Amino acid sequence: MGHLVTGQGSTYDVVVVGAGIVGAACAHFLTREGLRVAVLEKGIVGGGATAAGMGHLVAMDDSPAQLALTKLSLQLWRGLLEELPASAEYRETGTLWIATDEEEMAEVRRKYGLYSSMGLACEVLDGEALAKAESELRRPLAGALRVLGDGVVYPPVVAQFLLREVAERGALFTGRSVSSIEGNVITLGDGTRISTGYVVNAAGCSAVDLTSGFVMRKRKGHLIITDRYPGFLRHQVVELGYLKSAHSVTADSVAFNLQPRATGQILIGSSRQYEDEGAAVDDDIVRKMVERACAYMPGVARLSALRIWTGFRAATPDKLPLIGPSPGNPKVLLATGHEGLGITTSMATAQLITDMLLGRSSPIAREPYLPSRMNYEAAHA
Amino acid sequence: MTRSFDVLVVGAGPAGIAAAVCAADEGREVAIVDENPHPGGQIWRIGRENTEHGKVVGDAEVWMRRLDRTSVQSFLGWHIFDAPAPKVLRAAWGPEVAELHFKSLIIATGARERLLPFPGWTLPNVLGAGGLQALVKAGLPIRGKRVVVAGTGPLLIAVAVYLRQKGADVVALCEQASTSNLLKFGIGLLGQPTKLADAVRFGWQSRGIPLRTSCWPTAALGRDKLERVALNDNGRAVEIEADYLACGFHLVPNCQLVSLVGCVLDGSYVRVDEFQQTTVADVFSAGETTGVGGVEAALVEGQIAGLTAAGARQKAASLLKERNATRRFTRLLDRTYALNPDLRRLPASDTIVCRCEDVSMKAVQGNASWREAKLQSRVGMGACQGRICGAACEFLFGWGMESVRPPIQPVPVGSLIGTRAENF
Amino acid sequence: MPEFILVLVNEVPVRVERGSTVAVALFVAGVPARRSVNGSPRSPVCGMGVCMECRAEVDGVLHSRTCQIVCEPNMQVRTQ
Ligand SMILES: Cc1cc2nc3c(=O)[nH]c(=O)nc-3n(C[C@H](O)[C@H](O)[C@H](O)COP(=O)(O)OP(=O)(O)OC[C@H]3O[C@@H](n4cnc5c(N)ncnc54)[C@H](O)[C@@H]3O)c2cc1C
Ligand SMILES: Cc1cc2nc3c(=O)[nH]c(=O)nc-3n(C[C@H](O)[C@H](O)[C@H](O)COP(=O)(O)OP(=O)(O)OC[C@H]3O[C@@H](n4cnc5c(N)ncnc54)[C@H](O)[C@@H]3O)c2cc1C
Repeated sequence: MGHLVTGQGSTYDVVVVGAGIVGAACAHFLTREGLRVAVLEKGIVGGGATAAGMGHLVAMDDSPAQLALTKLSLQLWRGLLEELPASAEYRETGTLWIATDEEEMAEVRRKYGLYSSMGLACEVLDGEALAKAESELRRPLAGALRVLGDGVVYPPVVAQFLLREVAERGALFTGRSVSSIEGNVITLGDGTRISTGYVVNAAGCSAVDLTSGFVMRKRKGHLIITDRYPGFLRHQVVELGYLKSAHSVTADSVAFNLQPRATGQILIGSSRQYEDEGAAVDDDIVRKMVERACAYMPGVARLSALRIWTGFRAATPDKLPLIGPSPGNPKVLLATGHEGLGITTSMATAQLITDMLLGRSSPIAREPYLPSRMNYEAAHA
Repeated sequence: MTRSFDVLVVGAGPAGIAAAVCAADEGREVAIVDENPHPGGQIWRIGRENTEHGKVVGDAEVWMRRLDRTSVQSFLGWHIFDAPAPKVLRAAWGPEVAELHFKSLIIATGARERLLPFPGWTLPNVLGAGGLQALVKAGLPIRGKRVVVAGTGPLLIAVAVYLRQKGADVVALCEQASTSNLLKFGIGLLGQPTKLADAVRFGWQSRGIPLRTSCWPTAALGRDKLERVALNDNGRAVEIEADYLACGFHLVPNCQLVSLVGCVLDGSYVRVDEFQQTTVADVFSAGETTGVGGVEAALVEGQIAGLTAAGARQKAASLLKERNATRRFTRLLDRTYALNPDLRRLPASDTIVCRCEDVSMKAVQGNASWREAKLQSRVGMGACQGRICGAACEFLFGWGMESVRPPIQPVPVGSLIGTRAENF
Repeated sequence: MPEFILVLVNEVPVRVERGSTVAVALFVAGVPARRSVNGSPRSPVCGMGVCMECRAEVDGVLHSRTCQIVCEPNMQVRTQ
């Protein structure tokens, strides 16, 4: 570990605030480019949203920009797999997007066309093939889209792994809270001041407390984990209606979303709520989640449930993350607002941030994610 | 199934039984819930047999009979797993689910043994000390078996005496506390006539059981199950052949339910006032959740809680003096059986610490907190949710446990919402 | 006189005293209750429903806590 240098002498090229998966990925990419990076984390590595998320690495097409970002991310994840420790629990499960009726099958075919055209390997399953792929699913169902390259990880371990080299070549400080960022000077809770070349604000839901000029809301989610049932489930299975759930901007919503963990455990999702900022488990939401899960897969009701927990997604008004310079302070780059996709898109986020800081171009257009768009939105809201 | 009661008691050990009886005698509608199919808690559990050693049975019989004469509804074999709303608990029995509503709640969930990891402690036939006793009470044949009883606490002697009465050959009774501590304990008891009588009686009954003080197991050895126990006996290494090792290091309170309903804890115990009232309105706690003080403390606290919950505060007040005496005993126990810091060196780096997830000492070591260890190594993430390894880590690393999450015992997913699996 | 009943542990009949818990039947059968995550054999430890080492399949229900269940005649127990 290095030590913080206060005052004029700036020891670090970049200071990253937050050691969630996004901060960890940014720090990792920057370190690999030879920059000196320090990470400041108020709690522990990967202890925020990163400890609560499902860890589904998934291509999503709510918007072309989202698809571009998730696709690039999946490529970058693939490049990392070789190095990941076994405890990162990576598995290429693929995703099954389940269609219950013909209308949803039309959506399956649309998605198939789009994903294929983007070079994402996928196939359309009819009801019979779907029943073969996942025998616990209710029958009959219309079919599904199987996306082959999607996978599952255990995010807190990945965050820790990404920070290993950073800690060796730069520095990682946990238990250090940032209280303000002015220009390129960071002030910690204990009054310590650090100046640096650039700051990456990857403080998750708390990013808004450190950088002004944009809005984000906390979107609460519940998950249920079961005991071990190896073989019960093979793919991450998600209802197509998930898109409606994930993208509704107001109401509470629940969607069928089931994940096989490498341990044989089943992770049951997922819910989305605004206006509830407490960590407590909401019985009503759990009821809806269980009913939803059992409507698609009745056998879930028999599995032994070990724990329910909640977490918060950082949600922007247009459902795209904030990646790039803060409009009010060009020394600060934002890397937050990933809502329910931050595990997946941490990789592309780190790539874009690194490209920006090194003055390089990026494999995808960066404009859709630039924070400056928010002011534009606010003015036109 | 939905049911409503004036007073709901969780735990049918001495504290819970006393609480239920007292509240019922005041004319309240009372229910008592225990996840074990037999009432009595860790000490009075009867199961297939009714008479056990000496005075304990005396008390047990008196209270059990009193319980039988009341109209208290028993939910035996039901475990509470959630508190979905204020004044409601959910209980499960296999696939069945009940919603139990209450005006007052008395939580008497007792304590569990502290188990510490050492090489070989995961071998079959290595159990808790109370664990082996409970299994023998539940029908395990023990006659003629060689048993090493080890660990710390007054429970060890009781277990050794019990097992011998059942025909076991107790080949060693290893207490990690020193003889001088035990002598101080004896002196401390002088002010507590009933406890002293207990001690003398146990001293008498345990004659012939080879007691070793400042002695603890360093390894359990065997291929597929226990064959030998390696001991550190006052610094000397000794090996003894055995069929069972019954090893527990005193007790830790079961505070999951009090935490779940939002009660404030002081350290590992729930905070209560002199009437056993927790920091949550209409929620009381009695027995080992408030301090490990043995059966007398549990009985008097249970009575106070039961009477107060039933509105008979005056009657409860008359018991306060007795309770204060039992408090002194609790403190004496804590001093006598304080764990020797050398026990922290028991686990080797490849010793399993978390039995549910098979997480080794080396994976747990080096983390800064319980939560970090949990997230990075999966320690405490398994089916027991850290009940065993969390209490061990508390001693090994000084880590505090975190708040609990529902369900506090595993239940079928369908039961989470009160629906039987076949109804989906 | 104690009364005995038969339960099936991994299809093998095991004779236990009436009122015994399923955990006891596992000991009597001489089989570990479960294989741990790494495959090592485990038997019941706490006897009071907290350690989860006694989990086995009882009458078709996986991960049942056998120390909290009383044996019934012809109960089907399978170790996991
Ligand atoms: C229920 C649920 C399910 C999800 N499922 C998925 C999924 O399947 N796939 C997927 O891709 N995504 C998923 N997500 C989203 C994903 O978890 C998040 O987008 C991602 O973890 C965000 O990472 P982060 O690093 O931005 O935030 P965090 O992990 O919250 O990290 C921010 C860090 O900053 C620290 N911090 C905050 N303030 C300060 C300060 N002032 N000083 C210093 N440090 C500070 C925090 O302590 C924290 O560690 C899910 C989220 C939830 C809630
Ligand atoms: C992919 C994945 C798989 C997982 N698998 C498992 C598993 O197999 N078993 C398992 O047990 N867990 C599992 N977890 C969950 C994990 O250990 C934590 O439970 C998760 O990080 C969220 O925890 P929590 O909210 O319960 O808070 P914790 O991690 O328990 O603690 C977080 C903080 O929030 C506070 N807090 C907790 N509860 C409340 C509350 N009700 N109100 C207010 N504050 C509260 C705590 O005091 C603590 O400071 C998994 C997580 C992930 C991401």
